[in-house]
Amino acid sequence: MKQNTKGKAFGITAYIVILMLPIYWLLNMSFKTTEETLGKMTFFPENFTFANYATIFSDPSWFMGYINSMTYVGMNMVITLVVALPAAYAFSRYKFVGDKHLFFWLLSNRMAPPAVFLLPFFQLYSSIGLFDTHVAVALAHCLFNVPLAVWILEGFISGVPKEYDEMAYIDGYSFPKFFLKIFIPMIRSGIGVAAFFAFMFSWVELLLARTLTSVDAQPIGAIMTRTVSASGIDWGVLAAAGCLTILPGVLVVWFVRNHVATGFALGRV
Amino acid sequence: MNKVADNRGWLLVLPVFLLVALSALIPLMTVVNYSVQDIFGPGSAYFVGTDWFTEVLHSERLQDSLIRQFLFSGAVLAIEIPLGIGIALMMPTGGKRASLVLILLAIPLLIPWNVVGTIWQIFARGDIGLFGSALTGLGIDYNYTRNTGDAWFTVLLMDVWHWTPLVALLCYSGLRAIPEAFYQAAEIDRASKWAIFRYIQLPKLQSVLVIAVLLRFMDSFMIYTEPFVLTGGGPGSSTTFLSQTLTTMAIGQFDIGRAAAFSLVYFLIVLAVSWVFFTAITHMDKQK
Repeated sequence: MKQNTKGKAFGITAYIVILMLPIYWLLNMSFKTTEETLGKMTFFPENFTFANYATIFSDPSWFMGYINSMTYVGMNMVITLVVALPAAYAFSRYKFVGDKHLFFWLLSNRMAPPAVFLLPFFQLYSSIGLFDTHVAVALAHCLFNVPLAVWILEGFISGVPKEYDEMAYIDGYSFPKFFLKIFIPMIRSGIGVAAFFAFMFSWVELLLARTLTSVDAQPIGAIMTRTVSASGIDWGVLAAAGCLTILPGVLVVWFVRNHVATGFALGRV
Repeated sequence: MNKVADNRGWLLVLPVFLLVALSALIPLMTVVNYSVQDIFGPGSAYFVGTDWFTEVLHSERLQDSLIRQFLFSGAVLAIEIPLGIGIALMMPTGGKRASLVLILLAIPLLIPWNVVGTIWQIFARGDIGLFGSALTGLGIDYNYTRNTGDAWFTVLLMDVWHWTPLVALLCYSGLRAIPEAFYQAAEIDRASKWAIFRYIQLPKLQSVLVIAVLLRFMDSFMIYTEPFVLTGGGPGSSTTFLSQTLTTMAIGQFDIGRAAAFSLVYFLIVLAVSWVFFTAITHMDKQK
C-alpha cells in the first residue's frame, strides 16, 4: 500500500510540473528583454528586467484594458446572481406550468456557440446605443452565465431541507425577509461557486467582448494583439500582459479553494 | 424532493426569463429572419425561403469544417476523459497538499482563452519555445505553422492541457463522495484494484462523468479563440473549426444570409447532442 501512495504522489507531482511548464515559460519570458528571448534559450532570465511590466503600468491604454475587463466581469457577476437566485429557488421548491421546458430552454442558451449570436448582438446593442459600453458585454455574457448559475444554485438549494423554509414561515417571516436573512446565508458556498463560474466564463471569453467594444470598454485580450507590429512581435510585453491576466484567476480560486471540487460538480455530488 | 405545485413560482423566474429573452430570443429571431432572406443592403432584402439552408448543407467548405469539428471533439473526449479519471485517482485525498493540487489544477481553467493560445504559440515555437525547441533538438522535424499533422497535434495538446483539469476536478469531487466503508468492505473481500475501480469508483463517477462529457462536448464544439491565436486556422484551413468558419463568414465577409442559415444548423447540432446528455443527467438525478 505504501509503495502505491508513493507512486501516486510521484505521478501527480509529474503531472503538475508538466501543467505548470507552459505557464512558467511565459513568466520567464516576461522578465526578459526581447533581445534575450530571441537570442538564446535560457531557463532563467539573465538580465532580469521589470521593463515589460513597466510598459504596461505606465500606459493607460494598456492598463485600462484590465480595468475594463474587471468592470464588465464584476457587473456580470452581480446581475447573474441577482436574477439567478430567486429563479433557482423557484425551480428547486415549486412545480409550475412549463417549469421543465423553461429549465431546458435556459440551459440550451449555455450550449449556444457564441459565434451564432455575434452578428445579432452587435446589431441589437448598436441599435439601443449600448455598443462599446461595459454593460453591453456584461449583458451578453449573462446569456451563458445565468443558465449555468441557475443550474448550480438549484443543485445547492435542493440540498437544503424544506423544513427550514416551513419553520421560518411558522415563525412569522415574510418571504423576502426569510430569503435574505436566513436562506442566502445558508447557501453561501453555493453562491460563492456560482459567482466563481460567472467570473470564470466572463473573464476568459473574448469573442463577444471584442466584437461588442471598440475603445472605451475594450478588454485586455483585444489590446494584447497590438504587441504585433510591422517590426515583429514584442514578446516581452506580450508575455507580461499574459501573466497579468492569469493573476486575477489565481486570486479568485484561492478564495473558493475549499469549494472548488464540489463546485465543479455543479453542486451535484 | 417533494415540490409544491404553485404557479407563483413564475414570479421568481420572471427576471431570468426577461433577461434571457432579451439577450437570446431577439438575437435568435434575428438570425432566423436573416436565414430566409437575401440581403443586399438596408431596404433591399428578398425572401429566398430555404435556399440558404440547401446551399449551406451542400457547401463543401462547411462539410469539411463540420467533419474536422467532429474529429476534434471526438479526439478531445477520447483523450481528456480517461486522463482526467486517472489524474483524479492519483490526487491526494485531503489536507494542505490536496488544496494546493486543487488550486494548481484550476489555474489553466481561469486563463483567458486568447492567452492560452499565446502561451502555446510561444511554448511550441521552434526558435524561442521550450517545447518546440526540445522537439527540434531531438531531431524531430516539427513546425506547427507549416505542417498539418504538427498543427493538429499542437491544437489537441493545447486543449488537453487546458481542459483535462476540469475533468479531473469533476472526478475528484465524485470520488470524495464515496464513503470509506465501501473501501473497507472491498478490502475484506480482497477485491483487486481493478475490481474496486470497476465496481465501486466507476459507478459513483457516472453522474459527474456525464457532466464532464456534456461540458467538454459543448465547449470543444464551439472552440474559437485558442486555435485562432495559435494557428489562425492553418496551415491552409486544416485547423479551421466551425466557429471560425462562421465568424469569418458573418463578420469578415458579411455574408449574412448564409451565415445565419449556418448558425441555425450549427446550433441545432449542439442542441440535439446536448439534449441527450441533459436527459441522462436529469434521469440520474431522479434515481438518487
